[in-house]
Amino acid sequence: MELIFEKSREGRALSILPACDVEIVMPKECRAEAPKLPQLSENDLSRHYTQLMKRTFGVNDGFYPLGSCTMKYNPKINELTAALPGFAGVHPLQEEDTVQGCLTAMKTAEKYLCEITGMDAMTMQPAAGAHGELTGLLLIKAYHEDRGDARRTKIIVPDSAHGTNPASAAMAGFEVVNIPSGEDGCVDLQKLREVCGQDTAGLMLTNPNTVGLFDKNILEITRIVHEAGGLCYYDGANLNAVVGIVRPGDMGFDVIHLNLHKTFSTPHGGGGPGSGPVGCKQLLVDFLPAPYVAEGETLRFEQPEKSIGKVKEFYGNFLVMVKALTYVMMLGREGIPEVAKHAVLNANYMMEGLKDIYKMAYDERCMHEFVMDLSPLKHKTGVSAMDVAKGLLDLGIHPPTMYFPLIVHEALMVEPTETESKETLDAAVAAFRKLYDMACEEPGTLHEAPVSAAVRRLDELSAARNPRINYYAAQASSSKAKAKKEEAR
Amino acid sequence: MGSYIPAVEQETKQMLAAVGCETTQQLFSHIPQEMIIKELKLPSGMSEMEVLRRLTEMMEKNKVFRSIFRGAGAYDHYIPAIVTSVTSKEEFVTAYTPYQAEISQGVLQNIFEYQTMICQLTGMEASNASVYDGATAAAEALAMCADRRRKKALVSAAIKPDVMRVIETYCHGSGMEVAVIAEAEGRTDMEALASMLDDGVACVYLEQPNFYGLLEDCQKAEQLVHQTKAKLILGVNPISLGILKTPGECGADIAVGEGQPLGMPLSFGGPYMGFMTCKSDMMRKLPGRIVGETADAEGKRAYVLTLQAREQHIRREKASSNVCSNQALCAMTAAVYMAAMGPEGIRQAALQSASKAAYLAKELSKIGYTRVHQGEFFNEFVTAAPSGAKKALDALADKGILGGLPLDDNKILWCTTEKNTKADMDRVVAILKEVG
Repeated sequence: MELIFEKSREGRALSILPACDVEIVMPKECRAEAPKLPQLSENDLSRHYTQLMKRTFGVNDGFYPLGSCTMKYNPKINELTAALPGFAGVHPLQEEDTVQGCLTAMKTAEKYLCEITGMDAMTMQPAAGAHGELTGLLLIKAYHEDRGDARRTKIIVPDSAHGTNPASAAMAGFEVVNIPSGEDGCVDLQKLREVCGQDTAGLMLTNPNTVGLFDKNILEITRIVHEAGGLCYYDGANLNAVVGIVRPGDMGFDVIHLNLHKTFSTPHGGGGPGSGPVGCKQLLVDFLPAPYVAEGETLRFEQPEKSIGKVKEFYGNFLVMVKALTYVMMLGREGIPEVAKHAVLNANYMMEGLKDIYKMAYDERCMHEFVMDLSPLKHKTGVSAMDVAKGLLDLGIHPPTMYFPLIVHEALMVEPTETESKETLDAAVAAFRKLYDMACEEPGTLHEAPVSAAVRRLDELSAARNPRINYYAAQASSSKAKAKKEEAR
Repeated sequence: MGSYIPAVEQETKQMLAAVGCETTQQLFSHIPQEMIIKELKLPSGMSEMEVLRRLTEMMEKNKVFRSIFRGAGAYDHYIPAIVTSVTSKEEFVTAYTPYQAEISQGVLQNIFEYQTMICQLTGMEASNASVYDGATAAAEALAMCADRRRKKALVSAAIKPDVMRVIETYCHGSGMEVAVIAEAEGRTDMEALASMLDDGVACVYLEQPNFYGLLEDCQKAEQLVHQTKAKLILGVNPISLGILKTPGECGADIAVGEGQPLGMPLSFGGPYMGFMTCKSDMMRKLPGRIVGETADAEGKRAYVLTLQAREQHIRREKASSNVCSNQALCAMTAAVYMAAMGPEGIRQAALQSASKAAYLAKELSKIGYTRVHQGEFFNEFVTAAPSGAKKALDALADKGILGGLPLDDNKILWCTTEKNTKADMDRVVAILKEVG
């Protein structure tokens, strides 16, 4: 379809602003040329985005079992409460007595989320999971610095971890120690003991881990790290599996981040805004980002004594937090554990329906997601995890996460979530089985998939080799290249 | 209690039987049982109607001002109706990061269009798909410039305080040294800058306009910075670029900023978005997602996430940044805003914001609220408050007006946008005249 720039016609415009009611004052130095922004009528503009909308697949369009992303249904009430004018219309620098409602929302959300995770305090500042990781690691860094312990420069990360874990540790100035997982996909206790020492600042862990298994040795793991003098960081990406059942705080974790856009039902928006609050135990409270909402006669902002500073302007993605608060208020103490129970049930039910033909990377009870290893299928038929994923597109299902975790070859990671019905799961199982048969009988068809999407498979290699990331710059370089060619001729 | 779980009892039983369990609790039997919690100490769940009532009551404890003269990083610009209409489409709201390009062309093309528009506005050549906000954009920009030899960043004292604090936090983590360039009469002291530049300086960060609303001498800064082969990073207000000289024209290597003025409501500080643009030679150092044009198997033009070799899921601890989720829907908001306003609309928003500030400053000076600084400003300026800032702001608040931001007991940072009418401004002046 055409780009918005190709639909632009000089002189078309919307009717947005009135004429200026005071004398116009021109700046001394103005830009030489107007920006080449699109010029469209409101109707054409509206249709352009409707066209784009039709080329987008969201949870609202169908089953979205994207592993580790918890693509559950996003309740509509969340959008309504977040758009209330008393929240959306408030300036972040208003005086405290005029924002008691916002502060109440923040404090209430903090209390509920602390209870759910077993933490003592929480900051809402981080804007996403990775941002939460950085914040949590800076808390760990500040803790060791405050004790005058400069030796603790290393963060231990299992090789099954999300890529953000080692990347965040590097940004926080730590050296990353990768440890291989055991054959059961869990932390190898012997390896962990070997790397833990006086230079250990902490361990980052997801539990259940990225292969969808709950690490039974979790209490031993956190004990080993604590005995070495390190702290334990919990990556909350997979909390949906255990929310309301067990708490990271009770597993021995000192600091955690949550992905409100996963477990707590706020939408992903095509890649954000998310929200990644960081909770911690008492020993880290003094280091939390500033400001922190403190209770008293009224609620007010306070600067924690040894704060790491700020990680974001103002107080975080406030409206996203309002959505998550709405969700917790809806579900309450009875509803929250049901989430985990049905998330785990749905994943096991799907796994059960597939494991006779697809090889499971770890053939045991899974938590909220499971990982399939398609290397036997690829060996037999030449059909890869990518081919099966693309085949799903033609069947109206968003593919699982592909090629992650890195410790499983030809991995497909399936996370159905609790908000999908038995019919949806049965249909998805049937779709996967159909693709398996196709792989055996007519593998060529799957190499060609998808055929029903807006476009066929893309040439990603040339996109990266010759990046065209800006319409006008790409146009200019094309016409330059063309002119050069003609000159050569 | 509320629930979004479709399974009814009979179905749950069938599914449990299929996986060899009798109860859902049994699904957790392999977890150390001493950790299982009995009950969360939370209120009971509620119906949608009750939750809406509770949150409405909570919201009513806030004061929403009819007329706003406060900025300092969050700006009350008019949001065209089409912006909200487009960005509430459920497909856009409920999609994930566009990993599966074939069914995500809508999101991908939109990001490509956003990247192009923000480059047009800033006069730069390359853009990413957004980061968390203007402050993290500035911190990430500093990190783009560091290398083995150059590990120091010079940052103007006249930038927004929140941006300074975020920069300090990030740099404490990464080990980049931050030195503050002093301000002289509200602007970056160019002599101080000249004396601080050496071969160890990776980059210099200024804001245009700066925290006090004043316009910096970017020309001068550019000459100084590039003499020592350091990089110039400008933090800009995107609306101002409807009229002001662009960072590209000023010779900046990187331009970043807070995208909130481009169609995002005040929202008590978020979600907003950070934009990051640069010259093409620094493109591969940008953090986060970038969308590129390519072709599909049939040669049809299409869009895809590209240059992923920079990113955390490939490079892990060697990645250029840990950014994964960004602020995609906010970037879409900015794109729809820029398209709705068009070149003339955004020029009008800029001109009107600045012209109203000029008018308000002139009227305020007549009643003793004189400007503290000399020289040109955009849509913010600082005045004295002869009877004290608190008294003045309380008097305005009583009449439903959010006055400027008190910088100390006797100084106020004012802000205007196209939304502030002449009548509103005259009213502010009349109220303050009574206060004295």
